[in-house]
Amino acid sequence: MSLAADTHQGSADPARGGSTGAPVDRRHQARRLTLVLAALLLVTSVTSLTFGAAGTSVWSALGDLVAGRELSQLDRIILFDIRLPRLCLGILVGAALAVSGVVMQGLFRNPLADPGIVGVSAGAGLAAITAIVLGSLLPAALRDTLGTGLVPVAAFFGGWGSTLILYRTATRGGQTSVATMLLAGIALGALAGALSGILVYMADDNQLRDLTFWGMGSLAGATWTKVLAALPVIGLALCAAPFLARGLNGLALGEAAAGHIGIPVQRVKNISIMAVAGATGAAVAVSGGIGFIGIVVPHLLRLSTGPDHHPLLPNAALLGATLLLAADMIARVIIAPAELPIGIVTAVLGAPVFLWILLKRRAGLGL
Amino acid sequence: MKALDITVKLGNRTILHGVDFAAKPSRVTAIVGPNGSGKTTLLRAMTGEIAHSGRVLLNGQDTAKLKPWELAAIRAVQPQSTTIAFPFTVLEIVRLGLSSGLSAGESDLPLRALEAVDLGGFAGRYYQDLSGGEQQRVQLARVLTQVWEPVVDGSPRWLILDEPVASLDIGHQFTVMDLARRYAGAGGGVVAVMHDLNLTAMFADHVVLMQSGRIAAQGTPAEVLTDRTLAEVYGCPVPVNTTPPGGIPFLLPQARAVPVPA
Repeated sequence: MSLAADTHQGSADPARGGSTGAPVDRRHQARRLTLVLAALLLVTSVTSLTFGAAGTSVWSALGDLVAGRELSQLDRIILFDIRLPRLCLGILVGAALAVSGVVMQGLFRNPLADPGIVGVSAGAGLAAITAIVLGSLLPAALRDTLGTGLVPVAAFFGGWGSTLILYRTATRGGQTSVATMLLAGIALGALAGALSGILVYMADDNQLRDLTFWGMGSLAGATWTKVLAALPVIGLALCAAPFLARGLNGLALGEAAAGHIGIPVQRVKNISIMAVAGATGAAVAVSGGIGFIGIVVPHLLRLSTGPDHHPLLPNAALLGATLLLAADMIARVIIAPAELPIGIVTAVLGAPVFLWILLKRRAGLGL
Repeated sequence: MKALDITVKLGNRTILHGVDFAAKPSRVTAIVGPNGSGKTTLLRAMTGEIAHSGRVLLNGQDTAKLKPWELAAIRAVQPQSTTIAFPFTVLEIVRLGLSSGLSAGESDLPLRALEAVDLGGFAGRYYQDLSGGEQQRVQLARVLTQVWEPVVDGSPRWLILDEPVASLDIGHQFTVMDLARRYAGAGGGVVAVMHDLNLTAMFADHVVLMQSGRIAAQGTPAEVLTDRTLAEVYGCPVPVNTTPPGGIPFLLPQARAVPVPA
């Protein structure tokens, strides 16, 4: 009896905060929130363009543009070759991380699941570190073709590859066991961490600096090439996400019950896994390991408008992009003219939130 | 609904030995039997939740060949107990029954279904805050929403219930069993795994009694629920229609038609 009581207590979610009930219909609220978040992203984007080490006034530059005047060479470079690609990359990566978080959590029916957990980030990280440390061993022809793209390309395929290994491990006869996949994700993550450790040990001083910066994540290296490389993969995943909403809602009832209400469960799982692997792999490839966006954004949104995935997925994309741009601005100004890796900012802000979620759920998880 | 030669193996153990099962629309069919006799396994095999050999036919169609959404349009399955990871409200859970059906979009069905299971006014409550029995009735409301009309285009729809009254108080056991009866009365089919033999005797048209992965007896309640069959299958003497000795109070759901003396 006490066990049942504990379980019931434990399922208490921070979303409730002791209140007796939610509004009967949260759908209108969620729709209004979408508009607010879109406006917020717009404001943050424009603000982000005006932030930076160089004292360029974006407002006067924009005024010049509108008036049809020629921009100075410097203004043009700062605006179009540095800040605008950085803005676009921030939006893409933020949206990708947040939506991946929502999809993963829906798939695992666990609000603590994150692309980091299924080993996508670990696999991508290992591949990137391998490329940095052992890249010089590659045939010269291949190295020259890839150039600076070597690390992102490696990260992308690392993330994808590790997801495929996990998926194969956890799938038998067309059925994916979520428990097996989580455990296998932990094992693969540990293995990738150990191998990465060996490589870090082997690295020279220069490589170590690369590794540190890359491991913490940054948008500093944003170029149009990176934006265009990430756009198709992340774009595809973001476009696929709305079609997963009904399936992920149904999965909240459990896999069998989801099937009984007419959801093609295995197909939803396949698409979810591919979307998460693609979006996270691409995000890690262009910006390194940026944590906690995938945990914090979905959680904040569920607190305000509930767990329905129909509004949750687009809202997560908007809020993820906004938060990452905001974190990037903090990273740029806090120790200006130097720059902090953005992963440090998201970790400092996100880790306490993660701990708070854990504490609230502790009883329910039996931790 | 027909199941032909259903065999289920878990590892080396055979749980069901070539079971043939049939349920007719306009009837409440109860599957009963002791713990471990395979009644829930039979239900899960028939709903495709576990691997099995043999075929399952629903309205003459092989369920293995139907798409999930085609099946969902003619059959709804109430699980034994369901925990939900996210803080959905009661109304949101019940609305999940809608999206697969013909009646998507704005609909008052979820609220009517909640009224039907005696949970009117619970729409805005969080599912996780409810008691086990209330959660079970929310799930029933969801399932009802999915196949609200018992007959569509002349063919019956099916309610499959796994121990629908297991954690309910006696009043709500009546609520739920009356619902099942009305559904069958309107032409739908109801198949329920039951624990309570009294309620089974009272509400079922057809009883399938399981023992060790086989059907031990089937027929009307009067045919199946006999002293000898029950003693044999349950392994303890259970005399039917017998008043207990001494002054032990007992109450039977069947007696609800009798007015309570003032």
